Amino acid sequence: MTINPQAHLAQHVFDTAQLKSGGTRDGFGIGLVEAAEADERVVGLCADLTESVRMTAFAEKFPNRFFQVGVAEQNLVTVASGMAAAGKIPFAGGFAAFSPGRNWEQIRTTICYNDQPVKIVGSHTGLSVGEDGATHQMLEDMAIMRVLPNMVVVVPVDVEQARLATLAIAKDPRPTYIRLTREKFPIFTTPETPFEIGKAQVLLEGTDVTIVGCGAVLYEALLAAKALEGEIRVEVINAHTVKPLDAETILASVRKTGCVVTIEEHQVIGGLGGAVAELLAEHEPAPLERMGTQDTFGESGTTIELWKHYGLTSTHIIDRIRTVLKKA
Amino acid sequence: MAEHQPITDDKQLALLANTIRQDVLKALTAAGSGHPGGSLGMADIFTALYFHALKHDPQNPTWQERDRLLLSNGHICPVMYAAMAHVGYFPTEELMTLRKFGARLQGHPHRVALPGIETTSGPLGSGVSQAVGMALAARLDNKRHHVYVLTSDGEHQEGNTWEGVMMAAAYKLDNIIQIIDRNNIQIEGNTEDVMPLDSLRAKYSAFNWNVREIDGHNFSQIIEAINWAKDSVGKPTVIIATTVPGRGVSFMEHQYSWHGKAPKPEELAAALKELQTIREQIETNTYDY
Repeated sequence: MTINPQAHLAQHVFDTAQLKSGGTRDGFGIGLVEAAEADERVVGLCADLTESVRMTAFAEKFPNRFFQVGVAEQNLVTVASGMAAAGKIPFAGGFAAFSPGRNWEQIRTTICYNDQPVKIVGSHTGLSVGEDGATHQMLEDMAIMRVLPNMVVVVPVDVEQARLATLAIAKDPRPTYIRLTREKFPIFTTPETPFEIGKAQVLLEGTDVTIVGCGAVLYEALLAAKALEGEIRVEVINAHTVKPLDAETILASVRKTGCVVTIEEHQVIGGLGGAVAELLAEHEPAPLERMGTQDTFGESGTTIELWKHYGLTSTHIIDRIRTVLKKA
Repeated sequence: MAEHQPITDDKQLALLANTIRQDVLKALTAAGSGHPGGSLGMADIFTALYFHALKHDPQNPTWQERDRLLLSNGHICPVMYAAMAHVGYFPTEELMTLRKFGARLQGHPHRVALPGIETTSGPLGSGVSQAVGMALAARLDNKRHHVYVLTSDGEHQEGNTWEGVMMAAAYKLDNIIQIIDRNNIQIEGNTEDVMPLDSLRAKYSAFNWNVREIDGHNFSQIIEAINWAKDSVGKPTVIIATTVPGRGVSFMEHQYSWHGKAPKPEELAAALKELQTIREQIETNTYDY
C-alpha cells in the first residue's frame, strides 16, 4: 500500500486525531455559496430543512435566489424543474429519505426525461444519521437514482470533496443527485485533490485486493489498508461518481489485483456494490465481497454502534479482505 | 419571425376549433389509441389560447418573451398538437403520426421531442408546481410574460397539485393563469362518485387564488376571463371552465367511457359527419355557441 501522490491527500491521513472533521453537508453548503457567486443562474430551494441541509449561508447571502417550499418534496422538485426550464440551475435540498425517497416519479418525468439540469441534494443518508432511526436513514437512494436515464449520481467522500463536487455539478448540464451525510467524519482530501465527475480516484495503490467505495465510510477502508500494511497490499478507489461509473479505472485495478471488496452506507442491492457487480460480471468476472446493509433497515444508535452492528468498520473490512482473498 | 396576431372573431375561432376537433379524431383513429373525451372538451380553450390569448411566435418557439403554456394533464395532447399544427408550429400532415414509432408527437407530450412543448407531462399533478417554478424565474429575471397551466379536474385528487397551489399563493404569483378542465369525468367514472372535488371554487378561494367559473365552450367568456386574469395583482388566478367531454360528438358527450379509447373507423365517420353539420351551422350563423 502506498498513497497515490496524484490524490493529494491530507498529511497524517491515517491519524484521525490530526484530521479536521465535518459532515459532507457542510462542504455542500460552502460549495453552494461559491457556485452561486460564480453563476447568477444558481438558485436554491429547500423543503423546511434549510439549516439541516446547510443551505442557510446561501439563503442569507442570496435571499432573492432562495425559495422555501415547505414540507412538500413533490413540490420541491417540480418547482425546481420549472425553474430549470426557465434557465436557472436549481439546487433542491431535503432529507434523502423524502427527496428523492418520496418524489421519485416527479424526478423521473419532470427532471430526467424532461432533461432539466436540476441538482437533487439528498442529505442525511446512511446509517450514520444515527439516533433518528431507520425512517430517516436513507439506504436506497443510490439505487432509485442510478436507474434513471440521464441522471448523474455523485457521492462525495468528505467535506472538501463535497465542496468541489458542488462546484462541478453546478457547471454540468445534466440532472444530478448528490448524496450527503449528517455525521462528522475525517476530512482527508485537500483542495488539491482532483475532482472530475465520472472519474474515480485511486487513493491508495496496491496489488493484492481492490476496495471500491463511496462516501464517508470509505475512510474505514483507508484504516483497514493501513492496518494490513506489510501483509496485504490494498488498493483503495474512491468511486465518488456512482453513475456514470468509471469502468476504466475500476477494471484496470481488478485486472491487477483479481478480487474486489465494495463498501457503502447503502443497501448492497442496487447501490455501488450492485453497480460494481454488474460491471465485473460483464467485463472482468472476479471474486467480490459487497459491504453495506444486506437487505435490511437500520435502527437508532450512534454511528459507531450501528457500523459495528451492520459490519461497516475497518475491522469488518479486514475480515472481508481475507475472505475475498481466499476466493481469488 | 413574428409574434402571432390574435384572432378576435368568435365565428372564426369556432371554425378553427371545429377543424381541430376533426383533426383530433382523425389522428386518434389512425393511432388506434388515445384520449378523445378531454381533447374534444378542451378544443375551444386551446383554440382561444393559441389563436387569441397567447403571446407567442410559432416560428420561434424559444422566444424568451413568449407566454408559457404547460399542459399538466398530458393525455389530452392530441388537441394541443392539433392547435399547434394549425397555428404554425409544424405541418398539419404530421398530426397523423400521433403515437407512431419515431414520431415527434409522442403519446404524452415530450419537451425534448417537439419544439414548442414547454414540459414533458403525463403523470398527473405536477403542472401547477412547474408553473410556479417558471413564474418565480420570470419574476427573478424581470420578465413580464404569463405562465398558463392547464389542468384537469381529476388531477386535483393528487397531493402535488395542492402543494403547488399553496406555493403559488404564498409567493403571490400573479403571472400564473390556471385553467381547470371541469368536465366531471375521470377514468373510472364521474369525479363526484370516484373522489368528490366540489367545491373547487371554495377550495381555491380558501387557498387565496382569484377564481372565476366560466363555460369552457363560450369564446367570449374564455377570452374575457383570461383578460381579467392578466390584470391580477398579487394573486394567482384560476379559471374553472365547465366543459363537455367529447364535445361535438353526440355519442361521446358526457361519457367517461370515451376518456381513453380511440374511435373505430365507422365511429370516426359518424363523428366527422356530426362535426361537419356543426361546421355548416357555424358558417350560416345558426349554431348556438
